[in-house]
Amino acid sequence: MKNRALYLIFAAVLVLPFAITNVNFQHVMIMFLIFASLGESWNIITGFAGQTSFGHAAFFGIGAYTSTVLFYKFGVSPWVGMLLGAGIAAVVSVIVSYPCFRLRGHYFAIATLAVAEIIKQLFVSWDYVEGATGISIPVVEDSFIAMQFHGSKIPYFLIGFALFFLIVMVARSIEKSKMGFYLKAIRESHEAAEALGINPRKYKLLAMMISSALTALLGTLYAQYILYIDPFMVFSLEISMKIVLLSVLGGLGNIYGPIIGAAILIPLSEYTRVFLGGTGKGIDLMIYGALIVLIACFEPHGIIGLLKKRGKKRGALYAKTNA
Amino acid sequence: MPKPMLEAKNLTMKFGNLTASNNVSFSVDKGEIVSLIGPNGAGKTTIFNCISGFYKPFSGRVYFEGKDITGLSPYKITSMGLTRTFQIVKPLKEMTVKENILTGAFLRASSRSEAEKIADEILKITHLSEKKDVLAGSLTTADKKRLEIARVLATKPKMIMLDEAMAGLNQTETKEAMELCLNLNKQHGITLLIVEHVMEAIMPISNRVIVLNAGEKIAEGSPEEIVNNEEVIKAYLGERYHAKSKQTNRRV
Ligand SMILES: Nc1ncnc2c1ncn2[C@@H]1O[C@H](COP(=O)(O)OP(=O)(O)OP(=O)(O)O)[C@@H](O)[C@H]1O
Ligand SMILES: [Mg+2]
Repeated sequence: MKNRALYLIFAAVLVLPFAITNVNFQHVMIMFLIFASLGESWNIITGFAGQTSFGHAAFFGIGAYTSTVLFYKFGVSPWVGMLLGAGIAAVVSVIVSYPCFRLRGHYFAIATLAVAEIIKQLFVSWDYVEGATGISIPVVEDSFIAMQFHGSKIPYFLIGFALFFLIVMVARSIEKSKMGFYLKAIRESHEAAEALGINPRKYKLLAMMISSALTALLGTLYAQYILYIDPFMVFSLEISMKIVLLSVLGGLGNIYGPIIGAAILIPLSEYTRVFLGGTGKGIDLMIYGALIVLIACFEPHGIIGLLKKRGKKRGALYAKTNA
Repeated sequence: MPKPMLEAKNLTMKFGNLTASNNVSFSVDKGEIVSLIGPNGAGKTTIFNCISGFYKPFSGRVYFEGKDITGLSPYKITSMGLTRTFQIVKPLKEMTVKENILTGAFLRASSRSEAEKIADEILKITHLSEKKDVLAGSLTTADKKRLEIARVLATKPKMIMLDEAMAGLNQTETKEAMELCLNLNKQHGITLLIVEHVMEAIMPISNRVIVLNAGEKIAEGSPEEIVNNEEVIKAYLGERYHAKSKQTNRRV
């Protein structure tokens, strides 16, 4: 798959909510953009560098809280909060992962999970940010500066699309550059990477910083879109897991993976929520789980792996008929 | 006298109460091919690990081009121009042959296109061009060993330490590997330190041979000297090589 496939995806995504103006559908598109972008960001540290993070909700939550608190307490534009949140997430990710990177494999994954839970608990008991009660973002008139739009979902969609575009392009340029090769080498063999002159710790930290900063951007958008946050929402294990599951379903370490995964799972989540209401809670995750088990058993490279295989077979067939 | 390219001084490495290397000293001059031989468990790989920074030696020092590199991180040592391959090959499995080599090439290249150029050149030298788009994980053993060399070559080293690059290869493949080593040394001026069990392959191409046994250096000399050294024959070459040379004699 070359660039054309990617630009086609961008074009299709951009056109859809204008073609289908149903509000529910537009909502699903916004959630799709948020989660596809989260998957892309997560993919940088886990897919490329092979360091499994089960705690990315921590950075999502930091993004959401930074902009929300700044706006709620000081009236600072969420755009400023968004950038600050990304910076804070990057700093926190370094503090957290510097010691954790000593751990290999599963231990690292478990550590990220634990750290994310700790951060959530901190916010639950932190009175200054309203603890477990959460924060309702003060509603103001439609304004770009305040990132609030009440008349239509389209502005949120466009911001989501811009972030999605940015993040996919960042992931893609990493993949094609020295850094992408270095991250994948570290994933494949720490020792081989070192023998090639790669400093694994430096590149893992760099990947983690980029990944968590990008993740935080989406936290801000989500908060502004929902206009309410609490720790159980934005720091939830469910968010961490959704990011993991959709990326794995689509295909790990491939920039198309999270897009495909989110395109399947997010509509599933959102529509089960709409149709089944409260009772539907968790059903989407159950279906995710089942899909993941199937994928893990039959095609560990995710749906993108299946597509590639089919492509190859077709190629082989062509070769035969041509011969 | 010019300084040696690599100098190991009194290297000792211990694992618990096992002394895997005991006070080993040797040096390699620029442009040489030196072989490091010894029976299984003699401590050859351990010496490689101590020199390349994967282990911190218990005591002793390592100098590369006169600089003390003892205890430096492997990536720093590689960027100084000294690198190694692994006895148990470590292909970057989910990456293609070319991507494996590109990864090495980025150390000296300042752009992707420059790295591509280096990689293409190395694909040619190592005869891997036809397999450049194959995933490294699905290569044959011989090709994996070859890729192991190709990948470090891309880092433009001054010296490579090869750990059993010929083990498990058939005769033709061994011969190709020998030729590759000679080519790297003669055409590209790369100094080589080779750990190898395949005597027939390395004796003819080595300038010097160092013999380890049970962690200690027991002999050093030209290939001829080593083949005729009583202690070496006893410790390592043993029955097999002895019997073989007798057999050849009988045939003659
Ligand atoms: N990381 C380690 N921990 C404990 N013991 C080790 C370790 N590495 C090597 N050893 C031991 O040190 C000794 C020397 O091992 P080494 O691998 O250096 O031998 P070698 O000469 O490379 O042998 P071979 O020809 O089988 O590759 C062996 O007894 C081995 O079991
Ligand atoms: Mg060994």
